[in-house]
Amino acid sequence: MTTEVVDMITVVIDGFEVSVPKGTLVIRAAEQLGIQIPRFCDHPLLDPVGACRQCLVDIEINGRAFPKPQASCTIPVEPGMIVKTQLTSTVAEKAQKGVMELLLINHPLDCPVCDKGGECPLQNQAMSNGQGQSRFEGTKRTFEKPINISSQVLLDRERCVLCARCTRFSLQIASDPFITLNERGALQQVGIYENKPFESYFSGNVVQICPVGALTGASYRFRARPFDLVSTPSACEHCASGCDMRTDVRRGKTLRRLAGDDSKVNEEWNCDKGRWAFKYVTALDRLTTPLVRNASGELVPASWPEALAAAAKGLKSAKAAVLVGGRATYEDAYGYSKFARVALGTNDIDFRSRLASDEEREFLAAHVVGSSTTYSDIDRADQVLLVGFEPEEESPIVFLRLNKQVRKRALKVTAIATKLSIGVEKLKGDFVKIAPGQEAAVIATQSLTAKSIILVGERAAESAGSLSAVAALAQSTGAKIAWIPRRAGERGALEAGAIGNLLPGGRPVSDAAARVDIAAVWGTDSLPSDQGKSSSQIYAAVNAGEIAALVVGGVDPLDGDNSQSALAALEKAFVVSLEIAPSYVTQRADVVLPVAAITEKSGSFLNWEGRARSFAAAVADSLNRSDLRILSMIAEEMGASVNLATVTSAIKEIASIGKWDGARVAMNQVSPAASPKLNSDQFILTSWRRLLDLGTLQQGEENLAGTARKTVAVISPKRAEAIGVSSGDRLKISTALGSVTLDALVEDIHDDAIWAPRNSQGSQLLVNLGVAHGAVVTVVKA
Amino acid sequence: MSEQLEPLNNKEISVNDVPFTQMETGESVGLLGHLKGFWIPFSKMFKKTLTVEYPEVKAPTQERFHGRHQLNRHPDGLEKCIGCELCAWACPADAIYVEGANNTQDNQMSPGERYGKVYQINYLRCVFCGLCIEACPTRALTMTNEYELADDSRAKLIFEKEDLLAPLRQGMLMPPHPMYPGMNDTNYYKGDVQQSHPSQDVK
Repeated sequence: MTTEVVDMITVVIDGFEVSVPKGTLVIRAAEQLGIQIPRFCDHPLLDPVGACRQCLVDIEINGRAFPKPQASCTIPVEPGMIVKTQLTSTVAEKAQKGVMELLLINHPLDCPVCDKGGECPLQNQAMSNGQGQSRFEGTKRTFEKPINISSQVLLDRERCVLCARCTRFSLQIASDPFITLNERGALQQVGIYENKPFESYFSGNVVQICPVGALTGASYRFRARPFDLVSTPSACEHCASGCDMRTDVRRGKTLRRLAGDDSKVNEEWNCDKGRWAFKYVTALDRLTTPLVRNASGELVPASWPEALAAAAKGLKSAKAAVLVGGRATYEDAYGYSKFARVALGTNDIDFRSRLASDEEREFLAAHVVGSSTTYSDIDRADQVLLVGFEPEEESPIVFLRLNKQVRKRALKVTAIATKLSIGVEKLKGDFVKIAPGQEAAVIATQSLTAKSIILVGERAAESAGSLSAVAALAQSTGAKIAWIPRRAGERGALEAGAIGNLLPGGRPVSDAAARVDIAAVWGTDSLPSDQGKSSSQIYAAVNAGEIAALVVGGVDPLDGDNSQSALAALEKAFVVSLEIAPSYVTQRADVVLPVAAITEKSGSFLNWEGRARSFAAAVADSLNRSDLRILSMIAEEMGASVNLATVTSAIKEIASIGKWDGARVAMNQVSPAASPKLNSDQFILTSWRRLLDLGTLQQGEENLAGTARKTVAVISPKRAEAIGVSSGDRLKISTALGSVTLDALVEDIHDDAIWAPRNSQGSQLLVNLGVAHGAVVTVVKA
Repeated sequence: MSEQLEPLNNKEISVNDVPFTQMETGESVGLLGHLKGFWIPFSKMFKKTLTVEYPEVKAPTQERFHGRHQLNRHPDGLEKCIGCELCAWACPADAIYVEGANNTQDNQMSPGERYGKVYQINYLRCVFCGLCIEACPTRALTMTNEYELADDSRAKLIFEKEDLLAPLRQGMLMPPHPMYPGMNDTNYYKGDVQQSHPSQDVK
């Protein structure tokens, strides 16, 4: 890494000298000295605009003073500049008080009903830098209030001070310019376009940065005051972006979540799912006691000792496997990994509760585990290649970071995909159009450099050969690989060895020295040396009678491509289910053990970078136990020693293991499947999960669901004409298993393909069709 | 012998050695003295008493005595409380707990957008300082003169909104009901609504 040489400029502010890099704004140079200049429109991550005029100061350059006070948020420092703020200049102070008085002329005095009351920059700065009295005697301008600019964001126009933070955010950061300032003068107001609501995945950020109560969130409206809330720094459990968050809790109930400030990861932003999808913890019908299936086949409440004994008995007497979803924390995943090896003596464990392949497993072991591509690598990259990855839908903060670089320095983004997505369009990316299954061939033709990055999504595993091609491309060009799964826990689970071919710290199971390493830490004589089975193989093995017991934690059996097989296996095997709420798994389980939800426990996630995002329990008085602790208890009952009663003990043990420094197992090259022959009514299906869909963790939040994108089936103009449909017509997509009927949207997509959302309202492809990518489906006009 | 206490010095006196002595009684008070003593209570029998036979008789308090709180209503029965929590914020004893909520068309509890959904005052904590009354922006919270605030459990001394709400008077309707036709929340605060309108009686 090269250190950049920065020109420093020395200025005098209120009689104090300060040296700041060239280009720094006066307002921020003052911050360096601890001088707070009042401001509303200024935001360090948005372009300066000078809209509110609150930050007026007296400026003099080389003895020549500006005739009038200047907005310190728009003027960069210059050599020889002398700045006098409100602290030393009566002119600046009077100007600021005057601006404040003007801003308050039309601002309603409805602080008692306003959600911002108590944490309002306008309230605070009116107290610190305001006049105290108004000379205005007329009638205040009023607007009808509030108006919904989307189902989750409400606008009270009369409270607005026209700082343009929201419109600048939408334009500059999210590239969703759905809101703008309309009208002029006293009637100027934030507005939305006709027939185009503010349906942005990032709309919650405007609520957070609004310096008054003009924009408020529907789900937090009139709920609480800041002094009611106990704030806990936390991490987002929704995706692998790894946002820093703040969780605000009143009386054991989460009332809101805000984006935290971490310049290395999410800067000050997050997505709407992270911000608003937290009600599932209370909305779901939570399990409260252990349940055990009795002699007559019913699940009945049981005591913990009873349930643990039943679980231990069932697991001990049979060959067992472990399925842990991608939502487990790093420590919990480590617990499952250790439990499988130590208590069950098996490598049959898989965290990939989704479409996956053995090629992917090898790819993860060879190229991903232990790697460290970061957000700052994106900042420095000369080119970014997206493979099986739709950043806006699958990892929104990666999208924001790409967007920032696209805007700042026209970063070249190339997307290898079947359909041109809204996100790639916003990134002004090169769209390499391919038929589903043709990824490998196209990847091989890409020209990258050693400064390029290949962002690989979890969907790359769905096209055979893609990951082999990515590995080969990285090998030949020196480009860095970053694997970006969708779920928050997958990278952690990979590092914790919750997968058949790896032990904790990226140690290959096939390596005898690696097994000795781990066996020594775990105090066992030996560890199983086979490659272990993947999720789908485990289900198949249960159905074939090879495995008789399963430990399942946080898995939705309908997330895989063969849900019938999964459900049959769960029905057949002795299942110990660790869950927060009743599910398809608990219905079929023999022992159900309730576990703590994310707000009730501490732990960490590893985001796609491999960066630890640790969080403390936001709800302090929960009696629910973490998965880790319960696994330790089952193991003890079985006579094995997992011995991880607390998260701290797991963290210590993981640290003592360290990372693998030996050789990685090379990856077997997989060749792509041959492309199928298609009849006139046949298409190759492709899909991805949208950010806002029917996901379990989004339950109970209707305002959020209201901004989900419309469910459509996307078809190319040529094929649409061939089967005689146009946008808005109904299309019936069917397989041998079933069908879905969706509105057609004619758009830029490969002629052989049809796209539909994977898990949205009316389009649950894996359940309805049994396939989600690469399969041939029949499409007719309905 | 060193473990024994030192023997007493000749000049020091042990407590046990001090003899009991008769108290000096002085001279006899005589008959006049006794009469003088009895005269004082006797004379009081003819004076106006200050005490009352509480609880049979309840003396009125001073007009501005700080007693139990009351949540007032607008003249049409809608609640004045908007759930702003300023009373809770002002409370030095952390005795007040409020949760606000949205007024909806079917559930209009107060004029405007917001009402107090949960309102609790913990009288084990309240110090009756009246800062909450000063803080209240809508004059929803005032204090009555009621002082009989004793009970036999902690739970009973946490007063809920139902315990604190003012009774319905002449012309008031029990909320929820819609606002007075043609009036907005500002009209309510200005006192333009004098009583309920027949159209508000939705039950």
